[in-house]
Amino acid sequence: MKNISIDPITRLEGHGKIEIFLNDEGDVANTYFQVPELRGFERFCVGRQAEDMPVITNRICGVCPEAHHMASVKALDMLFGAEPPPAAKKIRELLYMAFYVTDHTTHFYALGGPDFIIGPDAPASERNILGVIRKVGLDIGKQVIDCRSRNHHVIEKLGGRGVHLAGGLPGGWSKSVSEDERKEIEEVAKKNIDFALFSLKIFDDIVLKNQQYLELVTSDVYLHKTYYMGTVDDKNRVNFYDGMIRIVDPEGKEFVKYPAADYMQHIAERVEPWTYLKFPYLKNVGWKGLEDGMDSGVYIATPLSRLNVSDSMATPLAQEHFERMFETFGSRKIDGRYQPIHHRLATHWARLIELLYASERMLELAQDPEITSPDVRRIPQQIVGVGIGSVEAPRGTLTHHYVSDERGVLTSVNLIVGTTNNYAPMSMSIRRAAEKLISRGKIAEEGMLNRIEMAFRLYDPCLSCATHFLPGQMPMKVIIRNSSSEIIRTVQRD
Amino acid sequence: MAAKPKLSMYWAASCGGCEIALVNLNEKIIDVDAAFDFMFCPCLLDTKKKDIEALPDKAIAITLFNGAIRTAENEEMAHLLRKKSQVLIAFGSCATEGCIPGLANLHSKDALMKAVYLDNPSIDNPGKIIPQPETKVAEGTLHLPVFFDTVKTLAQVTDVDFFIPGCPPEPHQIWNVVSAVISGAALPPKGSVIGAGRSAVCNECDRKKEDKKIPKLFRTYEIVPEREPCLLDQGLICMGIATRDGCGALCPKVNMPCTGCYGPPEGVLDQGAKMTAALGSIIDIGDTKGISEDEIYQRIDAVLGSIPDYAGMFYKYSLPGSILKGKIS
Repeated sequence: MKNISIDPITRLEGHGKIEIFLNDEGDVANTYFQVPELRGFERFCVGRQAEDMPVITNRICGVCPEAHHMASVKALDMLFGAEPPPAAKKIRELLYMAFYVTDHTTHFYALGGPDFIIGPDAPASERNILGVIRKVGLDIGKQVIDCRSRNHHVIEKLGGRGVHLAGGLPGGWSKSVSEDERKEIEEVAKKNIDFALFSLKIFDDIVLKNQQYLELVTSDVYLHKTYYMGTVDDKNRVNFYDGMIRIVDPEGKEFVKYPAADYMQHIAERVEPWTYLKFPYLKNVGWKGLEDGMDSGVYIATPLSRLNVSDSMATPLAQEHFERMFETFGSRKIDGRYQPIHHRLATHWARLIELLYASERMLELAQDPEITSPDVRRIPQQIVGVGIGSVEAPRGTLTHHYVSDERGVLTSVNLIVGTTNNYAPMSMSIRRAAEKLISRGKIAEEGMLNRIEMAFRLYDPCLSCATHFLPGQMPMKVIIRNSSSEIIRTVQRD
Repeated sequence: MAAKPKLSMYWAASCGGCEIALVNLNEKIIDVDAAFDFMFCPCLLDTKKKDIEALPDKAIAITLFNGAIRTAENEEMAHLLRKKSQVLIAFGSCATEGCIPGLANLHSKDALMKAVYLDNPSIDNPGKIIPQPETKVAEGTLHLPVFFDTVKTLAQVTDVDFFIPGCPPEPHQIWNVVSAVISGAALPPKGSVIGAGRSAVCNECDRKKEDKKIPKLFRTYEIVPEREPCLLDQGLICMGIATRDGCGALCPKVNMPCTGCYGPPEGVLDQGAKMTAALGSIIDIGDTKGISEDEIYQRIDAVLGSIPDYAGMFYKYSLPGSILKGKIS
């Protein structure tokens, strides 16, 4: 499915289409956001050797192969009953932080950021990375390229390849880190921290100091009160690599906290005949359709949700910015934790705070004396037969679940991918935008595509790994039908 | 000034890794932009299908087509881009050989749908719903592209000029091709594999190779390989011997066996068959003088039988493009 969520074919011909149906009064009766691709990993991984999965599931997504690799290798630790040595876990997390820096950087400068940096109502041809560079200067464009480049270099050094890495094994990692490599990575991490602070300053100068943008961010068009999901450490701080999955309700109260291996008790997935992508929801709340609120099992799993479920950040600079964001939104502390921010556009800010956290955490790990330990593997002594692994992918909690026979050959595979978690919320955001933009048959055609795009781009959906790099417009087609199902308008981004 | 040649890049059933590999040219991407009118690429640009349809035939100088053919939509785009392009390049392992999504050819379409929508442990589907090409909803009818029975390579649905292997192709190899085109170098014969070597990964691998005699095979989790010797010599199934060079032997550098993503070396038709032949000649079952055929068979089985998934290992990236194709009818 996940594969679905990354498939871009949609965007090209407009088959990643949104259908809007109007009622007799000319108001929105319903909207459908369809995902038209399936590859079937859950079936064709059956029969494979379990230890091949980090390399096979890499190919679900070329944008976030690192996330699949890590979720997979953690599932293998459990399936083979092999606890990796501390250095191996730290190497995995170190590589993962390098990945987070590249991925969040790309989203901010190429995808989400242009909406703000260039402006939500600017011509589509300007709202892309080239427009960003024109506005903020070539030097910044170069910094973005350098940032991606140096972190991809780290990924290749530690994982074997720049895309589709290869280092993960049950019970460890395939190579240790030399002192020279460590020093180099330490320098990369320092540069990343500077870059993250610089990016937050850009956000501050361009968005927060601009009354019009601030109003947009806090507008009720982009507000949804749902449940929130994210992984936290033992002090309830954000963690991307490991911890417990915490879910808070729309009021901010902890709903449940569970180890990833218990996911089936908490998450179920609905199937609809008109889309290849499934809709996950909270089993113990129930599915009420695409609805907000305490009684609806819809949840989100995004940078904003990760911050919403956490008590704090585990690094000092990120913590300062975390506090500032919640204070800016007027969020009060209850039981030691800020109330959740429901304004979905704040996700962009949250992403930059995560960029800073990933950079700081990368430096901590690069300075950890244990990172150069040669002890990076435990040889598994048994095959347990069930493995469930989870990490926070940039786009949400990612879960891999494998069952094997006594030879370690897979008999069942289940995958719940980051973006899939957000399918219902994205659909809701699209509907909300459509409802606000269409009234009594009058269609705010000009603003519509921009506003709808902004409504779901903030989720950084991997459907749009298409727009993940460089000029970042989501090609899209919106079909509007009247109450007799006749097409009355097709709006297309050209 | 003459107009720049038009360059396009399209993804069919693919993961986005090929586009990332292109972007990982880093600052050289600016040179690509300077040399070509990079006019179509759903990942990077906003040009639409109708813009391509509006072009005269052969208006695009080069199309880099990545991704396998999985749906009716993929095939339609392959035909369209063939018609509009002077040179159509199968870019990356999916377009060239079907790659990992091609492992789906070991299963029927119905089995795939059943696994995804009916049998998963987290599924909630009391109505046994499976997505359909056409669905009537209260407000009208919704359509999805038809999902084919099998995964096909690009060359299995249209005429292809060149093949660039790799999952994804390494950026330095992409640059080799792009810079050659920019310099105006003569094109190789149609059907050539470009952006890769002609030999095997072993030639690029710095590990020490001995005369191979392998008494026992290991799975990757079972042993920690020594740093210097060849991984195959140590009993790990490294596909380097049956895989085209050009990547720089990256996986063995981090102590992992080559899994074969650059496809078969020059002149080899079927990567899995090549690997089988290679293994046949290097497994060591001891002295067979005077022992029965049955016992010889048992000894061979004791070595080869320790690996449970040869199909997935030998054809991980190449099943649809192989002689076998793995088609389930």
